[in-house]
Amino acid sequence: MVFSLALLGQALVTGLLIGGIFSLVSVGLSMIWGVMRIINFAHGEFLMVAMYIAFFLVAKGGWDPYLTILVTAPALFLIGMLIFQLTIRPILKDPPINLILLTVGISLILQSLALMFFKADVRSANTIYTHMNIMLGSVVIRGPQLISFVGAGVAALALYWLLHKTDIGGAIRATAQNSAAATLVGVNVRNTYLLAFGIGSASLGVAASLIIPFYYASPTVGQFFGLIAYVVVVLGGLGNFLGSLIAGLIIGLTESVGAAVLPGSLARLATFGLFIVMLLFRPQGILGGKQR
Amino acid sequence: MNELIHKIPLLLMVVVLVALGLPSFAGEYVIHIGVLILFYAYMAVAWNILGGYAGQHSLGHALFMGIGAYTSTYFFTVLGITPWIGMWVGCLLAGLVGWFIGFMCFRYGLKGPYFCLVTIALAEAAVYLVTNLDFLGGSQGMEVTWTGNAPRMMQFNGKTAYYYIILVMLAAAVMLSARIIKRRFGYQMVAVRENEDAAEALGVDTLKVKIQATVISAMLTALGGTFFAQYFTYINPRAVLGEDPSIQILLFAIIGGTGTVWGPVVGALVLVPMAEYFRSTLGESHTGGHILLYGVLMVLVILFMPNGILGLYNKVRGQILHAGLREKKGGAV
Repeated sequence: MVFSLALLGQALVTGLLIGGIFSLVSVGLSMIWGVMRIINFAHGEFLMVAMYIAFFLVAKGGWDPYLTILVTAPALFLIGMLIFQLTIRPILKDPPINLILLTVGISLILQSLALMFFKADVRSANTIYTHMNIMLGSVVIRGPQLISFVGAGVAALALYWLLHKTDIGGAIRATAQNSAAATLVGVNVRNTYLLAFGIGSASLGVAASLIIPFYYASPTVGQFFGLIAYVVVVLGGLGNFLGSLIAGLIIGLTESVGAAVLPGSLARLATFGLFIVMLLFRPQGILGGKQR
Repeated sequence: MNELIHKIPLLLMVVVLVALGLPSFAGEYVIHIGVLILFYAYMAVAWNILGGYAGQHSLGHALFMGIGAYTSTYFFTVLGITPWIGMWVGCLLAGLVGWFIGFMCFRYGLKGPYFCLVTIALAEAAVYLVTNLDFLGGSQGMEVTWTGNAPRMMQFNGKTAYYYIILVMLAAAVMLSARIIKRRFGYQMVAVRENEDAAEALGVDTLKVKIQATVISAMLTALGGTFFAQYFTYINPRAVLGEDPSIQILLFAIIGGTGTVWGPVVGALVLVPMAEYFRSTLGESHTGGHILLYGVLMVLVILFMPNGILGLYNKVRGQILHAGLREKKGGAV
């Protein structure tokens, strides 16, 4: 019994820490949905691209993993805006399903390019942080996970500040609430879309740098994080900033406690079960008040 | 150009004739490509009934393929019951699951992106479920035991018999698809797709229509799943339930043209040979080459011809016929 309690404590700690990353990966997706009603199905692949950038800077360039944020975040900001400008903007007025299929196509392209250039190999960056552990009684707190949790919190706060205390943020939130009215009060909605997409993507750059010390990069890593992100944003309510943060933690805990309690990979089933139940019965999310 | 447009139905007939006689003059490899074309055309036609006609885009259709594949394979390898029976059990099971999913989703008004997400999640949940079910082989998957050339067990030497089975399945699916779109049910599906509120206001039972479309599509897809298992003789959760088959199924329909009878077939006919060419020429050094092709084509089609190849053809044809009419009437149209 003592053993299983310790196991549970370990699962709770690990789940909470990884949940922070899930939150950060998801807020961008949620914000993009909130502003322009698009689910970016290439969201996970954007993260994958950022993880490869971070990996190569660390492994080949000898960078400190957390310094790579200086590259990954701006790079993803630009990549996001470029992809938006070239592919999404021309068909913004098309039926929503076309936007979904378009982003599915982009995810296929990014995934297959990664497979062609980097092969299916799993690449782990071995950094000085990778094996830093803190013992808390019988619970092991992995250093890089703790750092990533704190980093995700700081990044989320920064994003919150950006959205609520700056003119750009005001424009983004106004557009999300009512794009026609935002246009009337002088917001350039087109540019706001572009910026929001860029910022949403940049948050993935930050996330990638934070997880590369303890998580491997591979061509399909985006599929995993993408699915998690969809689950998190639905749980938190599409477009709901705070909801995504809380939901990320919930999913982190579900995954890791589930893995401790359930055999095999059945924990993932618990995550999807939660997701499906939420979609059916409470699609507005845990915090959402209004119906669609 | 005008001439060419009028010759296209003729061209189609030639394609059908070639398809019928292909195994008599082609080698094994070409027949294999033929089987792949017919198989994906079949799956895309099945997807198109729900995604194209009724406008409910399932991104997790492999769920039904997997139900068909696993049911018949379990019946065959464990219980010793022929896939000819197993495939109908899988078909019924998929129909039930489709009904349940349709009922749950549409009863609670899930639309657009939400429906996409829930279908992805269901298929993905099925992957993890089957991965943990030992009696279905877990992550290892299941092998369809080879019992020799046994037509009773849907097993044949060579590829020719498989070719004709999937050809008949495709013909039946296309006929079904062409019939229902001309009927009241077909018009109701299109009405739901184009404007659900208006359809509802006009007295269409939209919930029922969407559920029925889901069930039909699911049942057809499951039959294809059994064929897949028998032809490739090996299935695993990722191969028949995962994201990749789900995306492939809808890809051919999108690129060929959704909501049309022949669009999915055209999509597979054009795309499968291209993908195979890429796969064989790029070879091992560039795995993922054909997926890159899929992705690029998908993006290009959505950007420049959102109605697919057939949509573009119909548009061009319309313009040319229109121009011809104008010439005859001296530009007075």
